[in-house]
Amino acid sequence: MSPFFQVFNSLIKRELRLAIRHGADSWMVVMFFVLVVVLFPLGVGPEPGILTRISAGVIWVAALLSAMLSMDRLFQTDYEDGSLDLLVLTPQPLELLVLAKTIAHWLTTGLPLIIVSPLLALLLNMEASGYGVLLAALALGTPTLSLIGAIGAALILGARRSGVLLSLLILPLFIPTLIFGVSAVDAALTDLPSEPQLLILSGLLLAGLALCPWASAAALRQAVE
Amino acid sequence: MAEFTGQDLTCIRGERVVFSKLAFSIDEGEVLYLQGPNGSGKSTLLRLMAGLLRPVSGELLWGGENTRDDPEIFRGRLHYVGHQDAVKTALTVEENLTFWAEMSGAEPEKRLVRDALKTFSLTHLAALPARFLSAGQRKRLNLARICASAAPLWLLDEPANSLDTDSVVALRHAIAAHQDKGGMVAVATHEELVSDSNILDISEFTSSNRGAL
Amino acid sequence: MFNYFANPTRYLRLISKLQPIAMVVTILTIGAGLYYALFKSPPDYQQSETVRMMYVHVPAAWMAMFCYVGLACSSAVALIWRHMVADIVAKSTAPIGACFTFLALATGSLWGKPMWGTWWVWDARLTSVLILFFLYLGYMVLYNAFDEPTRGARAAAILSIVGVINVPIIKFSVDWWNTLHQPASVVKMDGPAVHPSMLTPLLLMAVGYTALYFWILFIRTRAELNANKVRALRIRQAEG
Repeated sequence: MSPFFQVFNSLIKRELRLAIRHGADSWMVVMFFVLVVVLFPLGVGPEPGILTRISAGVIWVAALLSAMLSMDRLFQTDYEDGSLDLLVLTPQPLELLVLAKTIAHWLTTGLPLIIVSPLLALLLNMEASGYGVLLAALALGTPTLSLIGAIGAALILGARRSGVLLSLLILPLFIPTLIFGVSAVDAALTDLPSEPQLLILSGLLLAGLALCPWASAAALRQAVE
Repeated sequence: MAEFTGQDLTCIRGERVVFSKLAFSIDEGEVLYLQGPNGSGKSTLLRLMAGLLRPVSGELLWGGENTRDDPEIFRGRLHYVGHQDAVKTALTVEENLTFWAEMSGAEPEKRLVRDALKTFSLTHLAALPARFLSAGQRKRLNLARICASAAPLWLLDEPANSLDTDSVVALRHAIAAHQDKGGMVAVATHEELVSDSNILDISEFTSSNRGAL
Repeated sequence: MFNYFANPTRYLRLISKLQPIAMVVTILTIGAGLYYALFKSPPDYQQSETVRMMYVHVPAAWMAMFCYVGLACSSAVALIWRHMVADIVAKSTAPIGACFTFLALATGSLWGKPMWGTWWVWDARLTSVLILFFLYLGYMVLYNAFDEPTRGARAAAILSIVGVINVPIIKFSVDWWNTLHQPASVVKMDGPAVHPSMLTPLLLMAVGYTALYFWILFIRTRAELNANKVRALRIRQAEG
């Protein structure tokens, strides 16, 4: 087994183990996601027509907020207990380690969001034709959110009031994912092809995979300095 | 022969010159003591040696080659112990130790991990989640980490802090064993850990240049 | 050349020569531009007199973009070569760019009232400028979020580079979003075809804004360099 793969593997394994033993973190993100969505019918009224119309947008905005909320712990604990110094000092490319941490983070926070999203679509009275595309769009979009969020999480290490700061930094960068994610579902709901949007989402994901780990690694290096 | 040296090192933290024109040299089997009053830059120098900090000027050489030429190979040659213990409380003692051994890239050697636990008398705690450990036990776990995978250069920042007498003895043995294998150590500490060693007094490189910007 | 200007004294010497030039160019071009814009150019056949808002609004939107690219470029130089002056240029550019962005938003909103009958319309261009404004705010907040100034400088520099890569993607996605949702009846902001009599004041204003940017930049960078000197003296004082 190549050393890269082994290191990648053990880092993901460690992150998953930590997430499972801490447990509550993943649950809180999912609960937040559900709660935000539930607030909308209470805010705009329970009229099924309106809910159907806004369902895709509401689910995506809630997913964005939950992804952002879960982000600030990504490097924070490692930064506080000194593990980050040691991760930077391992003889592996830091970009690879960042990618592993981001994937593990997505598995523990992004994936649960995707799993509960059909339930929320049901609550918002979404039409049946939208479900498949919603799942596909979230599956392509939420990893991009994690990748971009990792940059923000690395930049705010050691800052004052890091939570609010993080949202100011990364929410504007989430906008393209939001637009194409919602647009894909809306297209499916109006019987238009949603392939273009899904392809653009895949493109964003690939670009994110290629570029984001470099930016996050650069941010981490200056954070331990 | 590999030899770890630094030349002409100047470091600025924030807007303050910590030290300037600092030079040091560690040969195989040697221990370098960093001395100086609190805040004189011992920790900074150790972080700089590890490559976490970049000096404003000067360079670090390993066997005559600049460590910045291939930082990943250089990072594979060192172990760093900082003020924080890098212990994950949700993982067991053994999981903590094995993880860092795996991160060094090589297949972790069971024997080394076991010996490291034994050296710092942690064997009976191996299966315990680290959240139950005392401050001293966490420090020992962090020190066991550097024994659990091989690296020729140890950079130790106050390794004897919060250790009891027995553990200091264990640390002394570990350093001696490391020296016997040709290992190098740079250490900032108030304890006497090795009898014969080179001393680097950082305050020599700070006072004369104070405030020069 | 980068290394040459890494020395603050040389940079200060250079800007002390350039600053009066920038000031004169600013006053002349903005003065002439406003004269042409307000008195000489014809009213638009569709928008009548309100089109004159364009001469303030459009160059401001250009400058918002120009400043962000400048911010990212000087951040990259500061990050890669640890170039002190580039860092100060980046830091001083951000608030100027944010002001131009705000000016573009405010005039766009004022322009929108007579054109669309409401203060704010989710027009693609205005929306992009609004997001750009948030990017500027993020940069400035991050720069000042750390106790140690060098940390903030480096983190913000990385953010601005990430941001500048994202700007075209955001622009593209907002345009896409807008074409999906825009009702056909709304007049687009880039609507009127530009007549030569409109081009003169527009270009004059653009040159004037650019000169204004450099003028303010020179003043701000000088102030920052002086502030650095004060800080260095204080540190020396603390060390006794």
